[in-house]
Amino acid sequence: MHLSPDDIIYWQYGYIRLNATIVFTWGVMFVLAIGSKLVTRNLSADLQRSRWQNLLEMVVTSINQQIRDVGLVKPEKYIGFLGTLFLFIAISNLITVVPGYEPPTGSLSTTTALAICVFMAVPIYGIEERGLLEYLGAYLKPALIMLPFNIISEFSRTLALAVRLFGNMMSGTMILAILLTITPFIFPIVMSALGLLTGMVQAYIFSILATVYIAAATQVQKPEP
Amino acid sequence: MLIDWFTVIAQVINFLILVWLLKHFLYRPILDAIDAREKKIASELSDAAVKKSEALKERNQFLQQNEVFKRQHAELMAKAIEDATSEKRHLLENARQDIERLRLKQLEALNSEQQSSIAMLNRRMRDEVNSILRKVLIDLSGLSLEEHVIEVFISRLRLLDDSGINRLNLAFMASDNPMVISTVFDLPLELRKRVESVIKEIFGESARTEFTIAPDLICGIELNANGQKLSWNIAGYLDALGKDVDELMNIRFRSEAEDKSNHAQNGDEHGNGT
Repeated sequence: MHLSPDDIIYWQYGYIRLNATIVFTWGVMFVLAIGSKLVTRNLSADLQRSRWQNLLEMVVTSINQQIRDVGLVKPEKYIGFLGTLFLFIAISNLITVVPGYEPPTGSLSTTTALAICVFMAVPIYGIEERGLLEYLGAYLKPALIMLPFNIISEFSRTLALAVRLFGNMMSGTMILAILLTITPFIFPIVMSALGLLTGMVQAYIFSILATVYIAAATQVQKPEP
Repeated sequence: MLIDWFTVIAQVINFLILVWLLKHFLYRPILDAIDAREKKIASELSDAAVKKSEALKERNQFLQQNEVFKRQHAELMAKAIEDATSEKRHLLENARQDIERLRLKQLEALNSEQQSSIAMLNRRMRDEVNSILRKVLIDLSGLSLEEHVIEVFISRLRLLDDSGINRLNLAFMASDNPMVISTVFDLPLELRKRVESVIKEIFGESARTEFTIAPDLICGIELNANGQKLSWNIAGYLDALGKDVDELMNIRFRSEAEDKSNHAQNGDEHGNGT
């Protein structure tokens, strides 16, 4: 039994290892990219449009609205990063219904990679929006003594992001695997359904937390009247 | 170790590639399509608003024009009624004047007819009276009427006062013409001599006389000395009789004409009333 899809290695050449995490990630990327390309190939700007276009428009506008609700005034700027984050995690988790599929999000390497992306995106967007000095100055607020705590907070929340997603997905997979050995009927199906719900919730939590972090970093301090 | 750093780096790269792919294939086309649709809807809405405002403007313009038309229509109607009334009044006045003219013409015709009737009646009456008188005088005196007339004329001459004689004499002396004795009939020589002798007796021997026939003198005789006249005839009596007859006829004709005119006027009024 594998604790992480990283352990399933299909091909190895020295340090380079082509494991299940990477392969299934490619699969998810393929599904997302090809699916999007197929739907957006014949987009209509009229009032009449295909149901797939409707679905994608609904997904995109919902993500846009969520980003705006959190406090980012220009959601179009962030939807590429935050929307992809949500869609990647959600699709990765939803495809668990396919037998033999190992969700890439069940690998701590993947969640770490995503957390690192968020960790990097926060200062990039923050500096872009507020400027380097103002962004760095935020670490000194409300007092200089808060600097180490702010830095610790940055790292700890990144770690929390990675571990939270990994823990949830890994536990789901583990429970399913354990249940299959104990009670092969009924229960695995229920747990699988529950796993789908958990997967969607985790995708939402991960992306919304990333949005909140970016929003906090890009928030321009307005002078008090 | 749960974290495989090679996988981490590979996943970061994978994730960034996925971000690019989705940005390129999903978000941008979808957001562009939504933007285009929103723009289209906004333009359609603004078009609709423009059309609505234009329609409102046209409606207001139409209502305004309608109001103007109504006002003009009312004004034209009032003017037409006024014109028709004045034309009616004018026509009625013309008709009334025509009727009046016709009535006057009718009255004139009636009058002239009456005059000619009266004149004819007069003439016939005079003739009748003349002949009756002549017959009566002859039957009564046994003398001819001429003799009787001459007798009356002679007695009149004899009764003339001096001023009358002088006036006639002066008039006679002023011209070379003889005194003209006019009678209705041709006097017999005997009567002529008698008249000449009486004239010479009154006006002197130099008085010359000439006898003419004047049919207008009804049963009478006239002496004309250069314009100064002395006459006796029954024309005067007949004239008085004629005047009385005229008066009577006038009264009768006038009343008849008035009756006719009143009748015509009443008919007119009835005609207007309907």
